[in-house]
Amino acid sequence: MSIYTLFNNLPALLVVVPLLLSPIATLIPSGRLAWVIALLGTGVSVIAAMLLCSVTASGIRITYFLGNWPPPWGIEFVVDGATSLTAMVMATLAFLATLFAGRALAAEIAAKDVGKAYAAWLLACGGLYGLVMTADAFNLFVFLEISALASVILIALGAGQDRRALIAAYNYLVIGAVGATFYVIGVGFIYAVTGSLNMADLAQRIPDVEAGSIIYVGFGFMVAGMLVKAAVFPVHIWLPAAYSYAPAAVSTLLAAIATKAAIYVLARIIFTVFGGVPEVTALALEWVVVPLSIAGIFLGTIMAIYERDLKKMLAFSSIAQIGYITLGMGIATGAGIAAGFIHIGNHALIKGGLFMAVGGIFLATGARVSVDSMAGIGRKMPVTAAAFLICGLSLIGLPLTAGFISKLYLVRALLDNDNLLIVGLVLASSALSVVYLWKIVEVMWVRSARVDAMEISERPALYIPLWLVAISNIWLGLDAGWLVGAAEAAAASLLGAGG
Amino acid sequence: MTQVITPLMSSETGILIGLLAPLLVGLVTPLLAVRSLWRDAAGPLGAVVTFVAALHVAGAVLAGETPRLVLLEFADGLRFEFAVTPLGAVFGLVASGLWIAAGLFSVGYMRGNHEKHQTRFAAFYAVAVHAALAIAWSGNLLVLFVFYEILTFSTFPLVTHKESKAARDAGRLYMSILVGTSVVLLLPAVIYVWVKTGTLDFVPGGILAGYVAPEVVPWLLACFAFGTGKAALMPFHRWLPAAMVAPTPVSALLHAVAVVKAGVFTMLTVIVYVFGIDFLAESSGSDWLVWLASFTILASSFVAISKDDLKARLAYSTISQLSYIVLGAAIATSIAAQGAALHIVMHAAGKITLFFCAGAIYVRAHLTKISELDGQGREMPLVFIAFFLGALSIIGIPPLGGSWSKFYLMLGAMERDLVLVLAVLGLSSLLNIYYLLEPVQRAFFRPKTRQVEVTSQPLTVIPPVATAILSVLLFFFVDQIDALAKLVAG
Repeated sequence: MSIYTLFNNLPALLVVVPLLLSPIATLIPSGRLAWVIALLGTGVSVIAAMLLCSVTASGIRITYFLGNWPPPWGIEFVVDGATSLTAMVMATLAFLATLFAGRALAAEIAAKDVGKAYAAWLLACGGLYGLVMTADAFNLFVFLEISALASVILIALGAGQDRRALIAAYNYLVIGAVGATFYVIGVGFIYAVTGSLNMADLAQRIPDVEAGSIIYVGFGFMVAGMLVKAAVFPVHIWLPAAYSYAPAAVSTLLAAIATKAAIYVLARIIFTVFGGVPEVTALALEWVVVPLSIAGIFLGTIMAIYERDLKKMLAFSSIAQIGYITLGMGIATGAGIAAGFIHIGNHALIKGGLFMAVGGIFLATGARVSVDSMAGIGRKMPVTAAAFLICGLSLIGLPLTAGFISKLYLVRALLDNDNLLIVGLVLASSALSVVYLWKIVEVMWVRSARVDAMEISERPALYIPLWLVAISNIWLGLDAGWLVGAAEAAAASLLGAGG
Repeated sequence: MTQVITPLMSSETGILIGLLAPLLVGLVTPLLAVRSLWRDAAGPLGAVVTFVAALHVAGAVLAGETPRLVLLEFADGLRFEFAVTPLGAVFGLVASGLWIAAGLFSVGYMRGNHEKHQTRFAAFYAVAVHAALAIAWSGNLLVLFVFYEILTFSTFPLVTHKESKAARDAGRLYMSILVGTSVVLLLPAVIYVWVKTGTLDFVPGGILAGYVAPEVVPWLLACFAFGTGKAALMPFHRWLPAAMVAPTPVSALLHAVAVVKAGVFTMLTVIVYVFGIDFLAESSGSDWLVWLASFTILASSFVAISKDDLKARLAYSTISQLSYIVLGAAIATSIAAQGAALHIVMHAAGKITLFFCAGAIYVRAHLTKISELDGQGREMPLVFIAFFLGALSIIGIPPLGGSWSKFYLMLGAMERDLVLVLAVLGLSSLLNIYYLLEPVQRAFFRPKTRQVEVTSQPLTVIPPVATAILSVLLFFFVDQIDALAKLVAG
């Protein structure tokens, strides 16, 4: 077995290992051991994703036939620069979230459920990785459903703390199903006129299709479905409740990786599958993606400003941040798509870290974290609060943090296109994001703790994942060369595959 | 090239030491919290080290070098780099030199006032000085922007030091104006320059000529002028009076020297090394800024007259004086730029003296209003004499340093036939006389209206006396600094 054989099996390993470990986790009575298995599963995925990255960095495009069935009959996985970067970001953050879950998840749910929770956890991860790796439009739907159903279970686990988690999970189930159905209807239309499901194959056949209106309809359904999954404004409504009533560890996992996979798929559909018909995609980009992104950036930020519950505030902020990513992709230049990919990575780090810190504070205080209950936390839990501050500064894009690099490249891409108005809007909303973030900072340090909060103390068990993320936020702010290069390569491979 | 003398340190090490010393002070201060003597000594000691380093760097610049220190590469040819321009050398000297006096004063003030959280205060104070030096010596616009933001964030805990509602409100205003303007206007301006020219380096003569159309210039300059909120150009000046809620050592070093001078330094740097004076003059892109700066000079003087609170009056006086520097940059001749660079030094020395005095009066007699100062001159003669000298320097009367910079600014205005600007400068001087000398006149020539117990706090009196003497010395021994200022405009 040569080293190439191993590399050629990596795409499958990344997805299959978490999926296979999942049933094992359900059978294990000990929650601790189930966690170790989850660590193992996500850890193998990180290694696989890193190896894939190192292969694609040299410009190689890996194709992998599941079960050796060649397309267009079999399912194909394709790994290029864009795939490996997204997979790498997701796998790394999933691993860190798993590390965080070790203490956090066990503290929030009944002991007998922990094993099953990790089973759902691994299923969700495997499903999301599958979404990114697959090059088959229908197989993508399968992974979409796997990850969605597993996520519903994970969100519903929050019911032990707050019954509203059940409603949130139900909403997510229904709205997610609508999104997935839209997507599969779109695939049906396209299949009807092209007779193919393989993405590369579709990209070749679509420009030759005579019935142009069916292409429009199919494209519309596919994009609309994915916009729901990516929580782009105004079809984001499932997200705030889902993120805020799920257990802390689940919020971290979902906030860091769930919508990223959908955004990646959106980019794949627009730039690869329909790359040959720019008149179709330009319509969607100019009239749907860009305006909705800007609206989401503003309204997400404004809703975050008025929100008192911290997890919900972060969820609203996610909607704004998703807007930055889709805006970058929406302007459809190499620089814009690269800016989108940069922010996929940076936002995963930022939001992952913030949800971890809020989770830590929740575990210490034992109550839902609101702006008021953060009073004096800066002194009671200095280590956690400092990590929150670092990730928060990164969120608002202070120089020397990862968030600044995102902003820098997004604005640069916009200015390259002379989109002065959009630049103004983006930066105005970025300045507004200082308002909600700085409100928390002020409460944490400048206000003294409430009397009933005297016994709060640190949760050192959570330090390692939290600070790994916080330090990465600074590291990627200082030494962004790698991420920027990888994102530019990702943009090039997306555009190249289509053109 | 022959090596003349083996210097004590290379200019590269000079930059490194000058940047690391304040940062180190900031980092070790919390560790020394239990030993308050050592903790309080760390600031002034670090200041001396930094100043020596800054002198060394300035010497190298005067010898025609460009001291340079490349730390790392962000991405895409964007270097994290320090490279000292003549203007940067001047600002570095001002910030580090006055930190020595302010460090001593700060110890006297915080102890004499029994302030809380002295360790946190000392730590962030040093970090703010670090950021100011990094701005002074920054090698390109991106590095300058980076530390511009860090300076804002590191001074926030100092502004809200009292943790009262007033302090929190002031902190919010401070953050929203400074961060808001820099993110919405300054950052896009920086990236625009990057997109158009492909570089962000500071080059004598500027980098924009040939890349940016002349009709874009006023707009781009407006983004820089209003984006640099720290320059307190109207209408973005409100944060400065609000920041006066901070303890006086902060008002003295940071909000009369480091922070506000970082603002006008940015303006001057951008005009001289990014736009280029000649390009700006040809395109007439800065004409509007001449008039806005003139307006700010007069309007804030009138506001200052109406303020009875001593620190508030000084704050509005600062806003007025900052616009002198913006004006010098906007006139866009080499003499005016030289005057602007000199005014950074002269105003710093004068204004820090006035704030030291205000702080000394507060610590020793707990007086904050000008109307309360009647007859207090005999109780605190040294403090009021120092105040008098500082005020004279700001008004611009020989033999005090401030007369040089006003002289050059007027010459610059003459060169461009801006008679109205000359009138503004003259009228402003008259207003200065009125509102800066009123406290002195009340203290010495009015009968005492209230009995206050004046305590002895030598550490709050020595620094203002020292900086007042400095203001006098700057008149007689100006040639070295003048030589640096002359290099600014090339």
